[in-house]
Amino acid sequence: MAARLWQVLTDPLVRQNPVTLQILGICSALAVTTALDTALTMAVSLTVVVVLAAGIVSAIRRFIPSTIRLIVQIIVVASLVIVIDQVLQAYFFEISKRLSVFVSLITTNCLVLGRTESFARNNPPLPSMIDALGNGLGYSLVLIVIGATRELFGAGSLMGVQILPTVDQGGWFTPLGLMLLAPSAFFLLGGLVWAIRSARPEQAEAAEHAAPAVAEAGR
Amino acid sequence: MTDPGAVFFQAMLVDNMPLTLFLGLCTFLALSRKPDIALGLGLAVTFVLGLTVPLNQVVYAALLAPGALAWAGFPDLDLSYLKLIAFIGVIAAVVQLIEMLLDRFFPAIHAAFGVFLPLLTVQCAILAGSLFMVERQMGLAESAVYGLGSGAGFALAVVMLAAIRARLAYADLPAGLRGLGIAFVLAGMMSLGFASFAQMAAQ
Repeated sequence: MAARLWQVLTDPLVRQNPVTLQILGICSALAVTTALDTALTMAVSLTVVVVLAAGIVSAIRRFIPSTIRLIVQIIVVASLVIVIDQVLQAYFFEISKRLSVFVSLITTNCLVLGRTESFARNNPPLPSMIDALGNGLGYSLVLIVIGATRELFGAGSLMGVQILPTVDQGGWFTPLGLMLLAPSAFFLLGGLVWAIRSARPEQAEAAEHAAPAVAEAGR
Repeated sequence: MTDPGAVFFQAMLVDNMPLTLFLGLCTFLALSRKPDIALGLGLAVTFVLGLTVPLNQVVYAALLAPGALAWAGFPDLDLSYLKLIAFIGVIAAVVQLIEMLLDRFFPAIHAAFGVFLPLLTVQCAILAGSLFMVERQMGLAESAVYGLGSGAGFALAVVMLAAIRARLAYADLPAGLRGLGIAFVLAGMMSLGFASFAQMAAQ
């Protein structure tokens, strides 16, 4: 039992990562990663929401009529997101301003609904919450990697602390402005997907059109 | 109020939903394998955004904004924190309604892009349209133009990406890059292209 729970927790970290394998939840994964602190805030918020939502949905799973289950799940998630949003505005006002609407958009994050719909709806609360925690951590891992890379190379700092002394401060590092712009997030995530799939070839997608086998022979 | 044309093109090109704001990426990447499917999705998004953003503007201004309930004797009431649930409810209801109406009166259109409608309830771009409308304090007319513009931007981006991916189907890519990986790289390059619109707007 404990071994199964451990597997449920660790599977989504790399092997079944929700972002790189299942294309879930990337909407917010890219927009908030220009700096490490916003990425961390977002990662923590999403993990909290997905764990609590999975617990609640799983606890009331026998009482939800299946025809309106999506509406019920969305309401549960939206209520949790409102709470998180208010907490952030109360205690981390500056970061919540920079996150703009993206905390609210956790509501429509496919990752959260994906977990409640596919796992929490059919499992008791404890495994559901552990599964949600695993997926939240998998998402956080991707966010932290991309956020750290973009902040380090885009501004030479991590969490606002200067690591690489930039040229205009008398150092040697010329910041890569592109890292702070939208395209670099796509390139980095594409590269990350490539790296993970090269290390684990079973994740690679099959070719849509195989080259005709006769072409070689006819030459 | 600002010029509607400027609002439209700003929303469509400069603040392009998937490419510069990263919104609606899940459907953007998942349904961009074939251009015709992408076109159906783009039309559905434009339609729903053009309808829900002004509707939510009415809901927000009439019920939720600080002091909006002054006529009912609650001048100090601020319900704006409820906007998330209200918007999601409106979007879910509108999507359901459109789907039923199309199914009843225009079965051909329903067959073409009806399958995407249920997906749009939980599409980040749709909800974000309404949330940006609140954040930027738009009026009713402006919000309608904004909704249509951002929907058109999404449609443009998704059709273009699908067209490129359809051609790439015959390319010999490294196994790890196939599918999702190359889609990200393509989106990044398109995003670079769209960044030039931001430059043009800044001048």
